[in-house]
Amino acid sequence: MSEATPAKNAFLANLGKIYAIYTGGFLAFVVFLGILEQLGVPERIIGFLFVGLTLAVYAGIGVLSRTMQVSEYYVAGRSVPALYNGMATAADWMSGASFLAMAGTLYLLGYDGMAFVVGWTGGYVLVAVLIAPFLRKFGAYTVPDFLAARFGGNVARFIGIIVLLAASFVYVVAQIRGTGLIAERFLNIPYNIGVFVGLAGILLCSMLGGMRAVTWTQVAQYIVLIIAYLVPVVIMSYKFTGVPIPQIMYGEALQQISQLEQTKEALAGVKPHIQPFTTYDPFNFFALIFCLMVGTASLPHVLMRFFTTPSVRQARYSVGWALFFIFILYFTAPAYAAFVKLEIYQNVLGSALNALPDWVYVWGAHGKVKICGVAAASVEAVQQACAAKGVSMLDWQNLSIAKDVVVIATPEIAGLPFVITGLVGAGGLAAAMSTADGLLLAMANALSHDIYYRMLDPTAPTGRRLIAARIILIGVAILGAITATVAPPDILKLVAWAFSLAAAGNFPALVLGIWWKRTNTTGAIAGMLAGFGVTLAYLIWTAAPPLGLGNPELFGLKNISAGLLGIPLGFIVMIVVSKMTAPPSPEMQALVDEIRTPKGGVVMDKS
Amino acid sequence: MNGYWEETRGLMIKALVVWFIFAFVVHAFVNVLNQVVIFGFPLGFWMAAQGSLIVFVLLIFWYARRQNAIDEKYGVAEED
Repeated sequence: MSEATPAKNAFLANLGKIYAIYTGGFLAFVVFLGILEQLGVPERIIGFLFVGLTLAVYAGIGVLSRTMQVSEYYVAGRSVPALYNGMATAADWMSGASFLAMAGTLYLLGYDGMAFVVGWTGGYVLVAVLIAPFLRKFGAYTVPDFLAARFGGNVARFIGIIVLLAASFVYVVAQIRGTGLIAERFLNIPYNIGVFVGLAGILLCSMLGGMRAVTWTQVAQYIVLIIAYLVPVVIMSYKFTGVPIPQIMYGEALQQISQLEQTKEALAGVKPHIQPFTTYDPFNFFALIFCLMVGTASLPHVLMRFFTTPSVRQARYSVGWALFFIFILYFTAPAYAAFVKLEIYQNVLGSALNALPDWVYVWGAHGKVKICGVAAASVEAVQQACAAKGVSMLDWQNLSIAKDVVVIATPEIAGLPFVITGLVGAGGLAAAMSTADGLLLAMANALSHDIYYRMLDPTAPTGRRLIAARIILIGVAILGAITATVAPPDILKLVAWAFSLAAAGNFPALVLGIWWKRTNTTGAIAGMLAGFGVTLAYLIWTAAPPLGLGNPELFGLKNISAGLLGIPLGFIVMIVVSKMTAPPSPEMQALVDEIRTPKGGVVMDKS
Repeated sequence: MNGYWEETRGLMIKALVVWFIFAFVVHAFVNVLNQVVIFGFPLGFWMAAQGSLIVFVLLIFWYARRQNAIDEKYGVAEED
C-alpha cells in the first residue's frame, strides 16, 4: 500500500521509544529551566528559551520528514498507526482557544459552557461510526476529492472546496494571531513581527514534508500541550485539597462555590455555577451541542487525518484514540474553572481593595483583569477607579476577567515559579501551531490537488504537483498572516461560523453519499447548496454589524447555532431531489459497495 | 454481502442511540439529576462536564471492536 523503505520501517517500529525519549527530554528541559530560574536567570530569557527551543524541535521534525512522494505528502504514506494518528488528531483539533479559553468559558458560563465540552467531544462518535472508516477505504487525498468521485465530478468538487475554504480560512487566521500574541508575550517582539515568526515555524513544519511532517510534529506538539495543561492544575489541586487529581477533587471546590454563592455578600445576585440554562435557554443549549457535534464531523482538516492510517480497522480505533487524547484535556477544563472560581470567590471578591492577591496585578498589567472598569495594573489604579464609582468592597459586578486568564494565571494563583508560566505559554503555542498546520495543509491540498491537478492540469508530473502544492501552501500562509495583522479583532467572531458552515455544507453529502446509495449527483449538489446557502444567509442576516446585518433572530435561534437550519434542510433537499431524478449508474452503486467493504485496498488507486 | 451491511447498519443505529442519549437526553434531566450529589458533584452537572465524555470514548472503542468483528465474520476484513 505504501512504498516502505528500511529507514522508514525502522522509524515506525521505534515510535514508542522515540517519543518516550522526546517526552523525557522535554520534562528534563522544564526542570533545567526551573533550575536556571532559581539561579537567578531573568524571566525573559526563560520565556525565550521555552518558545525558541520548542519551535526549533518542531521545525527540526518538519525538515527531517521532508518528502518528494505524492502519497507521503498528501496522506503520510498511509502508514500512521492508530494511536499516533489519534494524538496528531487531538493536536490538530485542539486550537489555541481550546487550550487557553475553554476553561475560561466554563468559568464565565458555568453549566451552560458545558455545551462546548459535550459538543466538541460527542462529534467524534459521528466521525467514527458514519464517516471516517469509509473515507479511509475510499482513499481520497482530500474531502472534495471524495465528493467529486461520488457525485459526478467538478461541480461537487468545487462546492466542497468552497465549504472547505469557508470553514478553514478564518480559523487559521485565529491560530496565526494566537501564535503572534504568544510570541509577543514570551519573546518580547512586536505583535506584527511575532505573527511572521510564528508563521515561519508553522511553514517549516509543513512545507517540506506535507502530511507526513505535520503528523509527526503534531504528535510532538500534543505531548507538550497536554503536559503544559495538566501540570499547573495538578499542583493547584494538591494545594487546595491535598490530592493531585484535579478531575476528581474539584467536587469539593464545587460544594464550596455553591455555599459561597448563597452566603457571601459580594456574590449577591450572581448566577450559580452549577445552575443550568442561565445563559442559553434549553433550545439554544441543545441546538449548540448539535451544531458543534455535526460541525466536528464535517471539518475537512479533521477528517483528512483519518486518511493516513494503514487500514480501515485502524481508522476506527484511531478515532477512539483521538477522542481519548482530547478527552484528557476537556475533562480537566471544568476542574480549572472550579478551582480558579473558588480562589476568586474566596480571596478576591469581598476583599478590601488594597488586599487583593498579587496575581490580580500581574495579569491586570496585561489588561486581562479589570476592576471597576479599568485594568488592574496597580493598587492605586484600582482604588481610584472604585472610589469614582463609590465601590469600597469588591463585588462580582465590578470584576471582569478575560477568558484566557483562567489557564495562564493558574501558575501564579498556585504560587508556582515563572517556569510553569513559560510551560503554559509553550503549550498554548503548540496548540495554536498544530491546528494552524492542519488547516493550512487542508486548504493548500484542496487548491493544489483538487483545483490545480484535478481541474486545471490532470497531466502534471509528480514533481510539478508537489512544487505547486508547496507554492500554494506558502501563498495561503502569507495571506492568512497578512489578514491576522490587518483585520480587526472582530473577525475572530467568524470562527464560530466555521462549524455551522462545514456542518451544513459537508455533513449531509458525506453521510448520504456513504449510507444511501440512491443519492445522486443532482440531489447532492442541490442539498449542499441549499444547506450551506441557508446557513450562510442566516449568519449574515443575524450577526451584528460590521460582520452581518444585525437583524433579529428567527425562532430565538442564536447565530452560533445557525447550522440547525442548514443541516436538516441539506438532508431534505438531497433526499427529495435525488428521489425526483434518475438513480445513480450501476457503476456508481458498485463504487458505494466497494467503499462499504474494508477488504481490497483503496478504491482511488484503481481508477 | 447483504447480511454484512444489515449488521453494519444495525450496529450503527445502536451506537447512535447511545450517542443520542448521552449527547442530549440525559442533559434534559439535569435538574432532576442534580438532586443526587456524589463526591461533591451534582450528578446532572457531572454528566455534562465528564460523564458523557467518558461514555463517548468507551462507545467508540466498543463500536470499533464490534465492527471489526463483523468484518471478520463476513470475511471482508483487510488482509494484513
